[in-house]
Amino acid sequence: MAASPRTTDAAVLDELAATVDGHAQEAGPDDAVAGVPPRWVAAPASTEQASALLRAAARLGLTVVPRGRGTALAWGAPPRSADLVVSTERLGRVVEHNPGDLVCVVEAGATIDAVNEHVVTHGQQLALDQPLPGASLGGSVSTTRSGPRRLLYGTPRDQVLGVTMTRADGAVATAGSKVVKNVAGYDLAKLLTGAYGTLGLVTRMVVRLYPLPRARMWLQAWYTDPASAAAAALRVAGSQLAPSAVEIRRTVSASGADVFVLLEGTGPGVDGRARRLVDLLDTATQTTDIDTEEGDRLARLAVGEDDTLVKVTVPLTGVGAVLRAVQAAESRYGAPCHLQGSAGAGVLHVVLPAVDRADAVPAVVADLRRVAVGGSAVVLQAPARVRALVDAWGPVNGLALMRRVKDEFDPDHRFAPGRFVGGI
Amino acid sequence: VTTHPTGSVPAEVTREDAGAPLEELARRCRALLGDEAVITDEARRRTYECDGLAAYTVVPGLVVLASDAATIRAVVRMCNDLDVPFVARGSGTGLSGGALPHADGVLIVTSRMRDILDVDPEAQRAVVEPGVINLDVTAAAKPHGYYYAPDPSSQQICSIGGNVAENSGGAHCLKYGFTTNHVLAVQMVTPDGELTRLGTTAPDAPGYDLLGAVVGSEGTLGIVTEATVRLTRAPEAVVTLLAGFRSTDDAGAATSAIIGAGLVPAAIEMMDALAIEAAEKAVACGYPDGAGAVLVAELDGPAAEVEAQAGEVRRHLDDTGAFEIRQAEDDAQRALIWKGRKSAFAAVGRISPDYIVQDGVIPRTELPAVLRAIEQVAHDRGIRVANVFHAGDGNLHPLVLFDATEEGATERAEEVSAQILALCLEHGGSITGEHGVGADKAQYMPQMFSDDDLDTMQLVRCAFDPHHLSNPGKVFPTPRLCGERPGRRSGAHPLQEAGLAEIF
Repeated sequence: MAASPRTTDAAVLDELAATVDGHAQEAGPDDAVAGVPPRWVAAPASTEQASALLRAAARLGLTVVPRGRGTALAWGAPPRSADLVVSTERLGRVVEHNPGDLVCVVEAGATIDAVNEHVVTHGQQLALDQPLPGASLGGSVSTTRSGPRRLLYGTPRDQVLGVTMTRADGAVATAGSKVVKNVAGYDLAKLLTGAYGTLGLVTRMVVRLYPLPRARMWLQAWYTDPASAAAAALRVAGSQLAPSAVEIRRTVSASGADVFVLLEGTGPGVDGRARRLVDLLDTATQTTDIDTEEGDRLARLAVGEDDTLVKVTVPLTGVGAVLRAVQAAESRYGAPCHLQGSAGAGVLHVVLPAVDRADAVPAVVADLRRVAVGGSAVVLQAPARVRALVDAWGPVNGLALMRRVKDEFDPDHRFAPGRFVGGI
Repeated sequence: VTTHPTGSVPAEVTREDAGAPLEELARRCRALLGDEAVITDEARRRTYECDGLAAYTVVPGLVVLASDAATIRAVVRMCNDLDVPFVARGSGTGLSGGALPHADGVLIVTSRMRDILDVDPEAQRAVVEPGVINLDVTAAAKPHGYYYAPDPSSQQICSIGGNVAENSGGAHCLKYGFTTNHVLAVQMVTPDGELTRLGTTAPDAPGYDLLGAVVGSEGTLGIVTEATVRLTRAPEAVVTLLAGFRSTDDAGAATSAIIGAGLVPAAIEMMDALAIEAAEKAVACGYPDGAGAVLVAELDGPAAEVEAQAGEVRRHLDDTGAFEIRQAEDDAQRALIWKGRKSAFAAVGRISPDYIVQDGVIPRTELPAVLRAIEQVAHDRGIRVANVFHAGDGNLHPLVLFDATEEGATERAEEVSAQILALCLEHGGSITGEHGVGADKAQYMPQMFSDDDLDTMQLVRCAFDPHHLSNPGKVFPTPRLCGERPGRRSGAHPLQEAGLAEIF
């Protein structure tokens, strides 16, 4: 839906700006959402302002795209329309931190780094990895990003205890609470997690914190063939060593693959576990205790603007098949593939660097979907010419119900229209 | 022993013409399922009049014993045809009246659907029918070195379907999370009678996390007919400690010290003197003599880690005034320690003819203040309260003791129980940590949530169940009229109104 032709652009901007202390402006080239240029950008500084802003947007019939730090704007399909970008950059406060309760109340625009800087003084952490560094909490939750440590700590789904959102009609709703354990009412935080901003604007969250481990150790093992690497990862995931991460990585055109394992705990505990882990990894090639920073860099996804990023989920026993499919795809379609991800959780990322042949990507994705039995292969990011050739989401269970949920929350389909599954 | 609710029994509303659609439904169900699976006889229907919260009773209009998903789908479709509400019931152990039947509706019982369809330890998954008993999943996984982590106290009899509906917790959810963290996918019958799947065997299924909304929705979004659950690797080592303290304040300080040191035990449970007295009378668990409070702390994980952490936990217990610390030497001793804790609810029957089991949550750091306030509230009304709780995550289970034959005692006990919830909210907590809202606590929801909060939650309800056929009257005090759009009444733009006209 476009803005009313009877309202001039200047009048729209005035109306928007009035709700956010003047923090509204015309959009520039850097504000494009997956290539779609918006007309205005507004930045509320409170939930009340967000509510007023979204009421104004509703009055004006504007389409709205929520934005955190903009690290993942290239993820998801381009919106059909994006009149107004609502930036949460002024919603960056850590509102409340109760160290004794391991809980933190945070505004959605706060970066994960900022939250961690705040809580680290109490020996605590927000244990969310950042595939794209500098991300806001809201953006990370809305696109449900995760990294190696999801194996132990879970994902945004597990760590967001409560949420305050502003609906498309401007109404403000809170669900969940500030306590870890709570079953009163529907868990709207889970519904909004991974919704790509299509159900409303999240302005505040309650997140769970974890104590910082006293000792950490990353181990790396190289396997000459992918099957052995996948088997080793499965052995570790099924062991009693309680690893915090079991990662697998196969770089472009490599014949073999690496397995990385993170152990966290007490000093003596980690040392004892590491000795047994080496036996379990069981590779003659090499097993090394690597630099912690190098290990932590595994959380990053190196994805260029013209690269394609596919998230593949499989049951733990399916990791080997994905590795084989990736290897086969390289020779079959001439499409270089980089694979890394949590073999311990069954969540892998495949990066296809930009190639001349755009049609190779749909073929690779189709192969990945064939092997991802019981899981999925979703194209998170792709250049426009590739996106035009591929069904980004693949089959989605419960799509009819999802459309009904969207219709209830955003009956006019003004929130990030088209960015989500099934054109939602 | 009877348990009493915290509020008044909801009135049985009977439509004058209710008999006709129910009779027709019974006729159709018999034709489909045979006489044996359809219960119309009043005395037999009466055996289903309550769940684990025995003080609320409603005799269901009709009872159907479901054998598979197709049956449930067929019955739900008939309910849609005839505008008859339905309520799902697993083992009927819930403590908030979530499976309280509807007088003019059908109770769909899933307890016959007890097949474990698949156990795949390597993939760390099991697929089970909704009537499967919680502990049976663990029994099936145990030979492979795995177990099912959520462990509500009723785990020997409660069903997975009920666990999914209530998002059941348990003592070990401090470390391992709740049912919602252990269910990857479900097959369910939606309130309009469609059989659908939500989630995938792998995590992070694409699309909205509808499964996250369904788990814990207390049967208001449909009936789960199959669940794919996570299996957890059995820990290499388990250390169970029992510590006796002079007071709950000391035991609370110990809990804070342990958590503050960055240790994450699998469980930290507390019982006060009255709860200990009851447990001793019931199961002779042999807790430390003269304890004003006991803590049960359990650590699990790799042996090297558990060993290092157990030493530290013992030191914290010691430093905060534990006068006796015992460590279970074997599984039998461990079982005895847990027996006292797990029997606590039923055990208070030994020291009081009647009691209310309350379930509230507070931030852990508020524990001393809230316990003192509870004591004051109880004292003022001449009522005794025994306290049993998951100290690690601030989930209180105060047991309000009274004698119903004493005039006014029931009312005073209910007052105390309600006051406890008010205290939980005042201190930033929740009205329920694991028992659910059900029929019992719907009246308290407006104290915890605003109208807009509840309205927004019910948008989900409207998407799944616009006609309010699935477990109506539970969770929400006031049903939302689906299709009504509050917040859109004022000053809509003409174009928007034009758009709206199509929607209405």
